Amino acid sequence: MTKVYKIADHAVTPLASGSKENFNAVLEGKSNLKLHEGTFGVKEPFFASLFDREEVLRNAENEGIRGYSFFETILILACKGAIEKSGIDASSSDTVFVISTIKGNVEALGEGSKDVLPATSARRVAEFFHNPNSPVTVSNACISGLAALIQGQRILRRGGARNVVVAGAEVQSAFIVTGFQSLKALSPTQCMPFDASREGLNLGEAAAAMVLGTSETDWELVSGAIRNDANHISGPSRVGEGSYNCLRAVVQDKDELAFISVHGTSTAYNDEMESIAIERAGLLDIPAGALKGYYGHTMGAAGILETIVSMKAVENGVVIGTRAFSGNLGVSRPVKIDRENRKTTKQAFVKLLSGFGGVNAALLCRRKTGGEK
Amino acid sequence: MKSVKIYSDGRVILDGRENVFEEKGLSLLEHLYRKEVGDYPKFFKMDVLCKLGFIASELLLKGESDRFTPREDRAVLLFGTCGPLCNDRNYQATVRDYPSPSLFVYTLANIVTGEIAIRNKYKGESSFFILDAKDEDIIKNTIEEAFQDPVTQEAVTGWIDCRSEDDFEAEIELMVK
Repeated sequence: MTKVYKIADHAVTPLASGSKENFNAVLEGKSNLKLHEGTFGVKEPFFASLFDREEVLRNAENEGIRGYSFFETILILACKGAIEKSGIDASSSDTVFVISTIKGNVEALGEGSKDVLPATSARRVAEFFHNPNSPVTVSNACISGLAALIQGQRILRRGGARNVVVAGAEVQSAFIVTGFQSLKALSPTQCMPFDASREGLNLGEAAAAMVLGTSETDWELVSGAIRNDANHISGPSRVGEGSYNCLRAVVQDKDELAFISVHGTSTAYNDEMESIAIERAGLLDIPAGALKGYYGHTMGAAGILETIVSMKAVENGVVIGTRAFSGNLGVSRPVKIDRENRKTTKQAFVKLLSGFGGVNAALLCRRKTGGEK
Repeated sequence: MKSVKIYSDGRVILDGRENVFEEKGLSLLEHLYRKEVGDYPKFFKMDVLCKLGFIASELLLKGESDRFTPREDRAVLLFGTCGPLCNDRNYQATVRDYPSPSLFVYTLANIVTGEIAIRNKYKGESSFFILDAKDEDIIKNTIEEAFQDPVTQEAVTGWIDCRSEDDFEAEIELMVK
């Protein structure tokens, strides 16, 4: 089967702009998660990682991006960074865009226009780059980012494009924040993935993009899988069914794995479920880590952002510590979670995600051994 | 059954044979539920997109033998433009005073694929793709791409779109690799 490689990537988050810049901020233990009171007109305070919108819009304007919604703006910024680094021709009919988001431009709801539809935003983003193809938007709850990377990989394997630009973004709004508040899924303070004291998730904003192709580079997107729990629409399988099936489908040689980048939302059920899935897959001895303590849950961006940061971690020989983890493991299986950054010499990792609708996804990425960065 | 089409104007087409019902819109879906299903009360909690996808999949699959045996080889792959837009409006109306958790859950585009997977015990892939328009080439290619997964041998797949509770269609079929 045709091999698929990452050519370039770019992440735009409240922490930093740029993939390397984001990795460095994470390595230093930084986060923009904080308490927001009155933001978006939401009555109850919430803990989240949000952009300084004026600053982002100012930067965007300097790059010639104006007249777009905030959601579209950060998507374009992420794509632009990745495309410029990749050197591909984004306006070519051989380039296809795959967009990942959960609620897209939902802020525009009620304004009576088509602006609210994710497909409209996706089209505008492709048009910004003068791309002639209709983009596909993957909207698969919290696994959307990985589902989009898997979709990009499949398009290339079919020979449907020379390059695929996979980009995901999420902006927060009263719509999303109140929804998670109503589900009682939000932590009143900093989220603590896998910790005994965890109280729920923090929401986050981000945009991230990856340009994929079939010419060999340092990073191969080896195998991906999407599996449903067939259990419940708003809670994971108690036995980690779908995540286990995903891990079983993508892991080829566990000894090559530097770490498993878990979903680690910091909700009671998710983290417990993941620990069971990891045990069932026979991977308890592989280091695991969650990035939600740095960025919050960036929803449609998470799969792409967390894959980018994980790639940088492997390149730098690091297993990133799970921020805010106290050392007191709060799941029933002994997952190898660590608060501190650790060294590794391994050259591959698995990114794992799961979400509402019973969905789960995993992606195995492998770095060319001996590759220099 | 190999293909099912349901239109909000009352037309229901099963393997090319058309029936026209007096009931329209949401009432059509509720009528079909009572007539053809009846034993899945979770139906009444669903938003219109899920009701439509659920009824269409029930009509498609109800005659199958061993229907509820768990399986990983059948995917659910649906395509549409509006996704959960109708329910987004319903949820948005509750945001200011009392945000409704039960409505919020249905604001995710892929809940409809999840409902079908849960009902039928499908542990395979489930995915929702949003397109700017009903582009048959993209749909055909995306399904072909999904069959690259060696576990996926069959798929419940097709187009499902709800502009409003009175204006929708579903055109789904069972495809084999």
